[in-house]
Amino acid sequence: MAGLEDLYREIILDHYRAPRNRGELPVPPAHRVEGFNPLCGDEVVLFLEVTDGIVADVKIAGQGCSISQASTSMMSAAVKGKPVAEARTIIRAFKALMSIHESKLGGDADDIDAAADELAGVRLGDLEALQGVVKFPVRIKCATLSWNTLTQGLDEIADH
Amino acid sequence: MTLERTALDVARIREDFPLLDQTRNGHRLVYLDSASSAQKPRSVMQAMDNLMERTYANVHRGVYDIAERTTASFEAARSKVAGFIGAREAAELVFTRNVTEAINLVAYSWGRANLNAGDVIVLTEMEHHANIVPWQMLAAERGIELRWIPLTLDYRLDLTKLDELLRGAKLLAVTAMSNVLGTVNDIPRLVAAARAAGARSLVDAAQAAPHLPIDVQAWDADFVGITAHKMLGPSGIGALWARREILEAMPPFLGGGEMIRDVRKDGFTTNELPWKFEAGTPAITEAIGWGAAIDYLETLGMEAIHRHEVEITRYALHALEQRFGDRITIYGPTDTEHRGGVISFLFPEIHAHDVSQVLDEDAICVRAGHHCAKPLMRVLGIPATSRASFYLYNDTDDVDALVDGLVKAEKFFSL
Repeated sequence: MAGLEDLYREIILDHYRAPRNRGELPVPPAHRVEGFNPLCGDEVVLFLEVTDGIVADVKIAGQGCSISQASTSMMSAAVKGKPVAEARTIIRAFKALMSIHESKLGGDADDIDAAADELAGVRLGDLEALQGVVKFPVRIKCATLSWNTLTQGLDEIADH
Repeated sequence: MTLERTALDVARIREDFPLLDQTRNGHRLVYLDSASSAQKPRSVMQAMDNLMERTYANVHRGVYDIAERTTASFEAARSKVAGFIGAREAAELVFTRNVTEAINLVAYSWGRANLNAGDVIVLTEMEHHANIVPWQMLAAERGIELRWIPLTLDYRLDLTKLDELLRGAKLLAVTAMSNVLGTVNDIPRLVAAARAAGARSLVDAAQAAPHLPIDVQAWDADFVGITAHKMLGPSGIGALWARREILEAMPPFLGGGEMIRDVRKDGFTTNELPWKFEAGTPAITEAIGWGAAIDYLETLGMEAIHRHEVEITRYALHALEQRFGDRITIYGPTDTEHRGGVISFLFPEIHAHDVSQVLDEDAICVRAGHHCAKPLMRVLGIPATSRASFYLYNDTDDVDALVDGLVKAEKFFSL
């Protein structure tokens, strides 16, 4: 069975202890978006500054467990400075990484293939350390909270 | 601090709970989440199995033998539950799915018949969402004002302005015991103050009924909600108690079979109490299981169960303090006077989820999160706590396992 070291890799604990991009940005020009995990009360607040199709800056507020905090911190590092389209690709690849376990449980081969396709060719780097989370199904929502919030924020910016 | 023995013979009791007899990762399962839902003794499972194997049929319908026997068992279970909480008669006990449904029943039926724009409902800051959201829904629909009894610094209700808060109120809705803080509220005093102000009172006894002797008549409350699954019974059944005259004056809640006396194309008349509020086929097997759970509790005695839990709680509070001192914050009264066996705690540097995760590796089950009390969490200024809760099958070994697990968690997440 999965042990604590599968979940809490050193890189995760590092991001948890020293989260990157903590803080706030003035709104406007930045866009503010909140995400909640109704199961545990964790909340994430993202400040997104998108200029000329580039995620120019990201700041993070809110509170949560080590998994949600580390995931948010790594996410900010992964998308900051990237074009919005590339950020969305990273989001999809990360969500695919998180959904493999659920697909296995559900037994839908198409989903697994789709997830594998999303993953192929996208370098997630440090984010792959979060792969262990899928062995702890209850914690997947902790890891994906900020990514869903980022999607929501980018959608809201695109709609404006 | 050592505790040689408590009011209960826990080793003997544990033999009745098959689930507790298991190990994971080489660790004995330590179940410290009874405030969420309690484990079940074999007698409850057997009562439910017996019914299904021998006499199961729908209730109040068939004239054949097994239907009559099931109906008799079902109504006997109702009488047992009614007796357990000190009700005058079984007809005052309406089966629901849980306390949430009991409170919603009151909000929909009594609330919509009696509350209008400008009326006031008084709640407390330590309520469970089940005793908040139904009132918020009604408040939004009718333009009702909600007032909140605040907390004191020692996590009890601050009653210094109680009369002021209750002025003009139509209802006081309060928990008998906080599922987060463990605080046991002075229900007779609160109900008396509400009555003096002309307000009805509703008591959420989901946490109190499994752990304390309760007497709805001594409380003098108007509505009381209880649930089976926290008191060794199955999930899916709970009850609303209210005095006959109040229930008779209330319009029905859910419409359907069982709750009617007659139905014609142009309308219906309602059944007698308590069936007036029990539309549809009820949770028959679960009611029988609940009856068996009450037999189990009454054999041990609620006074003894309460004394045992006070002793375990005192031991646990002391052990946590001794071991972690200022590094741990306990959200709840630090003395065991008017306090149940629920201990919410937090290490400032470690999130409650992470603590639970580490404890889980040693097969220690505690709850982490907001415990369905987000307004309380906001008052406390935290997103979540870890919560250990005790019942009649827990002993000091369980507390020691918890403390050892927490030492491990602290080490794991040390900066």
